Amino acid sequence: MSEQRLRVFLVDDHGMFRAGVRAELGAHVDVVGEAATVAQAVSMIGSTVPDVVLLDVHMPDGGGRAVLEAVRRTQPQVRFLALSVSDAAEDVIGLIRAGARGYVTKTISPDDLVDAIRRVADGDAVFSPRLAGFVLDAFAARPDAPVADPELDQLTNREREVLRLLARGYAYKEIAKELFISIKTVETHVSNVLRKLQMSNRYELSRWAADRRLV
Amino acid sequence: MEVTVSGGLTRGRPCAGRDTIDHVSTSVPETPRLTRSRSDRLVAGVAGGIAAHVRLSPTLVRIIFLLLLPLNGLGALLYAVFWAVLPAGEDGGRRRPSIRLVPFVLAGLALMAVSILINRDGGIGMTVGWLVALVAVGAGIIWHQADPDRRQRWTDASPNAPWLAALSDGDRRMYVLRFIGGGVLVAVGMIGVIVIYSPKTIGAISWGDLWIAVAFALVALAGVGLVAAPLLWRMLTALRAEREGRIREQERAELAAMVHDQVLHTLALIQRNAADQAAVTRLARGQERSLRTWLYQPTGSPTEHFAAALQAAAAEVEDTYGIVVEAVVVGDRKVDERVAAMVAAAREALVNAARHAQVKSVSLYAEAEPTMLSVFVRDRGTGFDPTAVEERRHGVRGSIIGRMARHGGQAEIRSTVGEGTEVRLSLSVTSLKEE
Repeated sequence: MSEQRLRVFLVDDHGMFRAGVRAELGAHVDVVGEAATVAQAVSMIGSTVPDVVLLDVHMPDGGGRAVLEAVRRTQPQVRFLALSVSDAAEDVIGLIRAGARGYVTKTISPDDLVDAIRRVADGDAVFSPRLAGFVLDAFAARPDAPVADPELDQLTNREREVLRLLARGYAYKEIAKELFISIKTVETHVSNVLRKLQMSNRYELSRWAADRRLV
Repeated sequence: MEVTVSGGLTRGRPCAGRDTIDHVSTSVPETPRLTRSRSDRLVAGVAGGIAAHVRLSPTLVRIIFLLLLPLNGLGALLYAVFWAVLPAGEDGGRRRPSIRLVPFVLAGLALMAVSILINRDGGIGMTVGWLVALVAVGAGIIWHQADPDRRQRWTDASPNAPWLAALSDGDRRMYVLRFIGGGVLVAVGMIGVIVIYSPKTIGAISWGDLWIAVAFALVALAGVGLVAAPLLWRMLTALRAEREGRIREQERAELAAMVHDQVLHTLALIQRNAADQAAVTRLARGQERSLRTWLYQPTGSPTEHFAAALQAAAAEVEDTYGIVVEAVVVGDRKVDERVAAMVAAAREALVNAARHAQVKSVSLYAEAEPTMLSVFVRDRGTGFDPTAVEERRHGVRGSIIGRMARHGGQAEIRSTVGEGTEVRLSLSVTSLKEE
């Protein structure tokens, strides 16, 4: 922990929750600022330049997605970790597609949260088992579904395997052991999944959402 | 605590039993409303109704009508007009629509008779009489359609959308037909009158005059429409607003009921058990799950859907043993006997993990593929040596391995002391796909 402390920014419209997170994280990372509204968040993230932004999904004036889209235009290097009380599929997938590097729910333990922040700051993706489940669901093999760019939109078998293990509650380290690959390779697979999720064609995802009566 | 959630918002059904204002009972008993009497009637109950209203003998009223008859048929005309205008009395039964037209026809005929009596020589006068009669009949029909009691009846029949009810009601078609019919009659009558009173004689009427008359009639009708349109529009918007308001109110009521039945009770229980950390966690977790289900998850009956059944089993174990089950289910399928057995085996695996693994949380992952169902239950608890203990663990042998084998599936248990346990269940469902 001698390395440089990570600079974290909090965006959440509940002051109590921000205070709680700040108290929990204070020992491990520097909380450089917090914001309660989209406009405030966008301007303050611009001036503080944090490593990682912890982003609430549901806020009164547009939500985390609005912050993400506004900041990414000017500061693509800032990484986002969504921290939401909702684990509804449309929220998770929507935020990941907008460019968040990970998604955790507010029931996460402080240690896991610190770990997730570290991984996101390192350029890695953070998948909870539930998120892995959503992704598997979204990319479920549909041989009959027309796909614009199969290379881009389909998960490889290996990626699918990694996701399954993630969904089964395995840690990266355990996945590496199970599949006889290095942890680095696991991380690469997960990052690829995330990239594919962000770029996957709209048709597939909208169909998936429609199947589940999400839209 | 047992929590049942009816997931998803069920849009409110119209409250059929909503109270309607009772017009009859609110009227002062001394002077009955002026209606056609249903009980005391010889022809249509007009005389009886009037008699009841003015507190005279019905016979006297009838005699007055008869006395008026020779005066150019005034008695008949009045009777017909009253018949048309007065609403039916208390137990006013429904009559066939065609019969409802009788008074208008009578009024028209009476007017015609009057005009004949006035202009015995026939000719223009007679024609005008006919036309006036036409206008009278048409106007009467339209007037009858505007009867507020009729709207009230529709409102009673379907409080949410009286207009809809009116549309679907067989009554509605008659309504439109008669409204149009009435309009046509009025228009034709007016055209005729205008044409006849044009300065030319009948023989010299040109098409131009006729067109002018048509134009006049149309202008008149358009005027009526203009006057009526804002009123109609206001009524429609008011009805729509009322309907939306009611839906919103129902959703609010549903949310309030949910908060009352579950959230408040849970909070009360938490207050009472504030010292018991485990109980508080269990209650909060259970409440979180039920609210989450209510907010986000599509409805699915645990007896019919694999995913819902697994979630229900996970919830039950959570509540019973005070642990967290991280359930992730990918895909779904219908439940049959074999799938139900698999769910039961998964539940047993969860129970084992909750009981023996000494952990706070267990992962449950299930995937429904077209030909294969897989369930994984994993904990990071104490673990055990499967070869050493399996013989005497009937829970594992009977409830998990045996049950899966009986239904043509497989169960595999991997456990390492100190690293936790994973139970893997799989069931091939190719043959069941179409069921």
